[in-house]
Amino acid sequence: MIQAFAFYLFAAIVIASGVMTIASRNPVHSVLWLILAFFNAAGLMLILGAEFIAMLLVIVYVGAVAVLFLFVVMMLDVDFAELRAGVARYWPLGFILALILLAEIVFAVAAWSAGGIRPGVSAAPVDGAMPNIQALGTVLYTRYLYIFEGAGLVLLVAMIGAIVLTHRVRSDVRPQRVSDQVRRRPEDAVVNMQPGVGEGMKL
Amino acid sequence: MIGLGHYLAVGAVLFVLGVFGILLNRKNIIVILMAIELILLAVNINLVAFSAFLHDMVGQIFAMFVLTVAAGEAAIGLAILVIYFRGRGTIAVDEINEMKG
Repeated sequence: MIQAFAFYLFAAIVIASGVMTIASRNPVHSVLWLILAFFNAAGLMLILGAEFIAMLLVIVYVGAVAVLFLFVVMMLDVDFAELRAGVARYWPLGFILALILLAEIVFAVAAWSAGGIRPGVSAAPVDGAMPNIQALGTVLYTRYLYIFEGAGLVLLVAMIGAIVLTHRVRSDVRPQRVSDQVRRRPEDAVVNMQPGVGEGMKL
Repeated sequence: MIGLGHYLAVGAVLFVLGVFGILLNRKNIIVILMAIELILLAVNINLVAFSAFLHDMVGQIFAMFVLTVAAGEAAIGLAILVIYFRGRGTIAVDEINEMKG
């Protein structure tokens, strides 16, 4: 009973905040609605028993991706009203396409629930005794190890790509020259002097 | 009782909302990226729902990979957006074909 109530609550909020994400005039509000959608999707996955994915949604999506969006939206000084100008012209086409998509998906779900294709043998059956995270790790670090490392590579490439794209060499600042500093030796910098009495010191 | 169909319906509605958002905000690339995140979230909901109802762990594994790709895509997309804005002072993407590599 409480399960059904929680499902309907989370599902309603996910869908409502999804609508507000694409309909908000201000992108900052869009990002905040997106964060709400992620939180409630995490709630949905918690009901399904996928605890690790739920935590991952909160940590990765809310903690990293949405904050990244928020930073970019707030840092760029963009005239958002001008960008909204085309909406009145675009929405009929978008609406028709969305309706077609929705009809297709509903049709597919109906065909599936009518008992069409039986799923084959389960690739990694859930062991009821294990907690979710342990079960996930046992499959991830054995059978999907190479794909897991590939995912790490994707993240590395994304990180390097983002740095390379946004890095710029500025001419109006004087940055630290690390190689010069490392190359400097005591012999170049320190001199021992024995000045005689009454004489000055020549540097 | 909540069945698989309920979760698939939520996923479907969220997916369609994402597609609609891309078409609706065709000039504003930030909202387009957010709509793509919505689409990937819908895919994740479907994967996890199937994983739970078919008692198969692989769905959750692939939901993780989808999440990885979504994070990388957001980072690269926003980086491209920042350099585009730096050069042109706007993020209206309907004139982006003027870049021509």
